Amino acid sequence: MKDKSINLLNFIGLGIFEPVIRLASGEEVKKNLSQLMKSVLFPILSIFLFLLLWHTGANALYNTEKEFKIETARSSGGEAAVTAELARIETGESSINSLPSPVAVIGAFKTLIADHKEISAKKSAFLEKTAVMNEKREAQGLAPITYTGRPSFIDQVLTSLKTVFAGFFLALFLAVPIGMILGLSETLRSSFNWLIQIFKPVSPVVWFLLVYMIVKSLTLTYDGDVSFIISFIAVGLCAMWATLVNTTLGVSSVDQDYINVAKVLNLSVGQKVFKIVLPSAFPLIFTGLRITVSVAWMVLIAIELLSQSPGLGTFVWEEFQNGANDSNAKIIAAMFVIGLIGFLLDRLMFSVQKLMTFTEA
Amino acid sequence: MAAHIELRNVSKSYGEGNDRVEVLRNINLIIEEGEFVAIVGFSGSGKTTLIKLISGLEFPDEGEVLYKGKPVTGPSLDRGVIFQNYSLLPWLNVRNNVGMAVKEKFKKWTKSEVGSHVEKYVDMVSLSHAINKLPKALSGGMRQRVSVTRALSLSPDVILMDEPLSALDALTRGTLQDEILNIWSKDKKTALLITNDVDEGIYMADRIIPLRPGPKATLGPEFVVNIERPRDKTELNNNDNFKKLRNSILDYLIKIGAERSAKLTKEYKLPDLKPILKTKLLQGTRA
Repeated sequence: MKDKSINLLNFIGLGIFEPVIRLASGEEVKKNLSQLMKSVLFPILSIFLFLLLWHTGANALYNTEKEFKIETARSSGGEAAVTAELARIETGESSINSLPSPVAVIGAFKTLIADHKEISAKKSAFLEKTAVMNEKREAQGLAPITYTGRPSFIDQVLTSLKTVFAGFFLALFLAVPIGMILGLSETLRSSFNWLIQIFKPVSPVVWFLLVYMIVKSLTLTYDGDVSFIISFIAVGLCAMWATLVNTTLGVSSVDQDYINVAKVLNLSVGQKVFKIVLPSAFPLIFTGLRITVSVAWMVLIAIELLSQSPGLGTFVWEEFQNGANDSNAKIIAAMFVIGLIGFLLDRLMFSVQKLMTFTEA
Repeated sequence: MAAHIELRNVSKSYGEGNDRVEVLRNINLIIEEGEFVAIVGFSGSGKTTLIKLISGLEFPDEGEVLYKGKPVTGPSLDRGVIFQNYSLLPWLNVRNNVGMAVKEKFKKWTKSEVGSHVEKYVDMVSLSHAINKLPKALSGGMRQRVSVTRALSLSPDVILMDEPLSALDALTRGTLQDEILNIWSKDKKTALLITNDVDEGIYMADRIIPLRPGPKATLGPEFVVNIERPRDKTELNNNDNFKKLRNSILDYLIKIGAERSAKLTKEYKLPDLKPILKTKLLQGTRA
């Protein structure tokens, strides 16, 4: 049981909690306690230190802006204007859009969750109401009535995840086969090397515009979710390079010993590729895929922002444009959600990588 | 009838231009069917190149490598190779490492036939307990046993061994020598063993041929091992034939080794300098 849970933790990349389990079973208390201090307690302390710095920093910024407003009021209208301005600040009428404090961010997060509950309640009520009507419409051959209300924050997170996975699989199915072909043929490798080197550093924004130009013309008659198509293709194209380069490298640098084995066993070309070359390139391919997932998630926000696909990028941009009292807090809340999901995606890929690759003796 | 393996005036070089190194020159070798030949030589004398030429992984620049009278055009499953560095595929367990080879050789076999064949051969080198393990979980000796199994499970006509045991400790080496001899004697295959250990050569082979050190390595005069099989390791030490043979081979190797180092001796012109000794200090401590 103990060993099993330790293995599981290590497998999902949370090996830092190994001492907790060892402590629970009363094993080498002193050593495991110090281990726990190092791997869990200190990181938690560092988070608190970060929160403290953030809190004081946010307060200082708030006060700077507040004082500036008061001074402006004083110079224009004297003490009476100052009292009025203070009252306006108190009610939020004159908003101070500075860096929000951690408390404000937690508040914003709660608002977002409450908002989500409200919206999903509305949505299910709407669906219930329209269920009968939609059946009738279907019988008449009409398109069903769909919910067109504002998406909640959680909906937007899910949209982003959908986009990032679609983009990731696009990158996977483009980069791995192309990388394999390039890795196997030196002629093709050197022919396409320049193109790859030129396309690799292109910014996500430009990729988006390029995809937009092409997809827009191709989907003139399509009335589905074009913004989703554009954003996932752009994400895939941005993120595929790490996998492409790694696959090419992995396939082209197979250990000569393994090639000799393939030769001595008289393997056919297909067998050589799928039984020797590909498995031996797996460690590099999966490292590339892990980078691809991180890059995909990172560029996603910028691309969604441009494509107006209803995901996290759009959320952040709309909140910024909105400029309400809690907008900044919501943006920071989204930032943490983005970071956390990115971290989880990386752990996920880490586990897949571990599962799929061998370790050299 | 043609010899099982024949090398005619084989030469092989690597590199281009000034870096070109002629590794083997004018190698002539005939191995009859069922014979066990050992080639003994210093490291770096081109032994591995010789194995690669016979297995078909490489081709000679000059001369011919003949297998059953026909030129070798590439690797073949008839010629099993045991590599020096095991060359097991690290992502496959023992069963699949051997099984992949067996499937290649016996394409018409069913899964269970392949399975039982693999198990039989893995059992022969007493590795049944580790059959589902990955190479990284095995010791060096165990890995080499898997490598031996992989080559022998194909029932090749010729076994080519490239210093298969040189990286192993003496005890493991002894058992593996016996295991290889066991399997070899069962169906009297042709075997070529490359080794740097004269004792190993005498213990295992019918004939021993020294390879003169490269570059431009050539084969030396052959020594026939006229000791009856099965040979016993402990008795061998008291066998006069063995002692004589061992001494003459070692003498020969030492002689050509000395020739090589004599050839390599280069006169270095030293600068006309004398060291400054802190003589006073030395005298001081002495006093």
